[in-house]
Amino acid sequence: MSTTDTAVAPGTSRATRRRRGGGKGSGQRQSVAGWLFVTPVLAVLGLFLVIPIFMALWVSFTNWTGRGSPFSSSVSFVGRENYAALLTQEGLSRQDFMISLRNTFYYVIGVVPLQTMLAISLAVIVNQKFLKGRGFFRTSFYFPSVVSSVAISLVFLYLFTGTGAVNQFLGIFGIDGPTWFSDPRGLIHMIGGGIGLWSTDAPPSFLLDTQVMNLSLWEWLSGPSVAMSAIMLQVVWTTAGTFMLMFIAALQDLPTEVEEAAMVDGANPWQRFRNVTVPHLRPTILLVVTLGVIGTWQVFDQMYVMTQGGPAKTTLTPAYLSYTAAFKQQQWGQGAAMAFLLFILIFVLTSAQRFFLRDKDEAKQKKAEKKQRRAAKKAVKA
Amino acid sequence: MSDSQTPRSGAALEGNVTEEARALRAEAQLHMSTSDDGNLVGRSGRGKKAAVYIALIAFALMYIYPFIVQLSTSFKTDADAVNNPLTLIPNPVTTAAFERIFQTDYPLWFTNSVIVTLLVTAGRVFFNSLAGYALARLKFAGRDAVFTAILAVLAVPGIVLLIPKFLVLNYLGIYNTYPALFVPLLVDAAGVFIMKQFFESIPPSMEEAARLDGAGTFRTFWSVILPMARPALITLTILSFQGSWNELSHFIIATDDPKLYTLTRGVAGLTSGGLGSGSQFPITMAAALLMTIPTALVFIAFQRYFTQGGNAGADKG
Repeated sequence: MSTTDTAVAPGTSRATRRRRGGGKGSGQRQSVAGWLFVTPVLAVLGLFLVIPIFMALWVSFTNWTGRGSPFSSSVSFVGRENYAALLTQEGLSRQDFMISLRNTFYYVIGVVPLQTMLAISLAVIVNQKFLKGRGFFRTSFYFPSVVSSVAISLVFLYLFTGTGAVNQFLGIFGIDGPTWFSDPRGLIHMIGGGIGLWSTDAPPSFLLDTQVMNLSLWEWLSGPSVAMSAIMLQVVWTTAGTFMLMFIAALQDLPTEVEEAAMVDGANPWQRFRNVTVPHLRPTILLVVTLGVIGTWQVFDQMYVMTQGGPAKTTLTPAYLSYTAAFKQQQWGQGAAMAFLLFILIFVLTSAQRFFLRDKDEAKQKKAEKKQRRAAKKAVKA
Repeated sequence: MSDSQTPRSGAALEGNVTEEARALRAEAQLHMSTSDDGNLVGRSGRGKKAAVYIALIAFALMYIYPFIVQLSTSFKTDADAVNNPLTLIPNPVTTAAFERIFQTDYPLWFTNSVIVTLLVTAGRVFFNSLAGYALARLKFAGRDAVFTAILAVLAVPGIVLLIPKFLVLNYLGIYNTYPALFVPLLVDAAGVFIMKQFFESIPPSMEEAARLDGAGTFRTFWSVILPMARPALITLTILSFQGSWNELSHFIIATDDPKLYTLTRGVAGLTSGGLGSGSQFPITMAAALLMTIPTALVFIAFQRYFTQGGNAGADKG
């Protein structure tokens, strides 16, 4: 700036002066412009995201029934009552909430590993250099991720009806398929019955009689229902494409020489995948699993469109239960309390997951470093 | 990673690698005692190719088949759809399902979806890039705090906001109005993040020149910086389009007035017997098909930007 100032003779033009003025005031001008530029975003996020969270927090401590303002004097503060009804008091509310947690737990531990593995498999296959038409395959695997969950749910409802395409296909192999979306039987119950561990008609009494949080152990151990499993298949099928893209991006960073070297060392394809590809993909796997856990605990659309929590409450999830409690049964306090508990649950799970997985990674690295040092020492001695 | 480049660079890589590999393999064979290892690689190479193709075609069938079923069933009669769910050729071919759909509120839902999607997309592209630019380039007190706040917002799981959002819409008296459908969706934290990342990659010299010419901050942004951000803007447009076209939960809590239903809300009602469609699968398939077509068109036209968007999401984690 100063060089321009000295180079220009004094009083040459107004433009110079204006420019100089602009230079001095630009800090302030930027400051005003900066705030003006972020104001729309802050206003909308504040009004429809931050403020509502505090409103809902208040509502979760009241008995508001959805009539009038939640801040009017007719609404009374009930303290921890809504939370207590969900967590510590015997009753239907707690039972339903526990059922929804059980269902979603099985849903998460089924969907997250399956979608991650499917995504890796698709990525590894599509990433093969010799392949013709890779673009076409990548597109078809990714396409369901961009289609509306409502549209996909309708298609799956049709494919998975009792006499639908899936069951007719299974029929070719002599398998008598279930009625999928209206079948409440739990998978673990069925497997246990199938291998003779118990009889599903007369379950062991110690499982039936032990009650934990309003549900018997037998009910806790149900596994996902057949209906829930069908939804899980659908979700795995839909979301794998998105995660596949992340894995493809990561795979393209893997130097081909490394794989070639492993090949020369006589590693078979599985060993190469296990010892070269997977370690390289580790950060992406961590990301995908974290995103997967966050996403799956929020499952709502499929329940709203396909099952409404049925059959026999086996597809009830916290998100859907919170919605029906508030919007259908007008128990807004309890609905809001459920939403906050879900929020806390997701937060805790993802933090814990990040912590444990990161720790393991670092520990491994340290171990490897130690080994290297020891090897170096040995080499020196020799 | 544009599509036109990938195959070419892939082929080039392959050329280099096979040459290198051949050299390495020859060297390896000199050192290795078992001579048939080399043959094994060759044999397993061919076997591997076949295995990969078989796996690939199986997966592709799994992914494409449902959409073909959707297409063919929407041209079937009700009885045909129930009795021959595996058959892909309708017999007889009928457009009855589409005719029935057009007699319902479906056109209204479609119009609402188009309007909401256009408004939301325009809003997101404009407001997100404004904020992204400010956070990337303008120096102002509190900038870091604003950015941290936006990152914090990103971490809030969307589904827990259903009740809160309804509360505020109700409190403001705009529940069951058109603005309730689109105003809360006009900005999104992820979009701000994507734009900020992009603006940081543009060399600052461009705007310095414009600023020295006396252009105001907004003019610099609008006529110098924004035109350079075309790829990022297209990515953002597509993500916004896809997000608002497919949005369901917000429309559930923003209105219960059938006149304000969007496609997702209206079509979701079909499964619970709306339009008396209990087992009338051709209707539900046609409804799903029609709402998928705009997505498919945008997807095919801008495929590579979709992929970039997906990766932008990967970075933020």
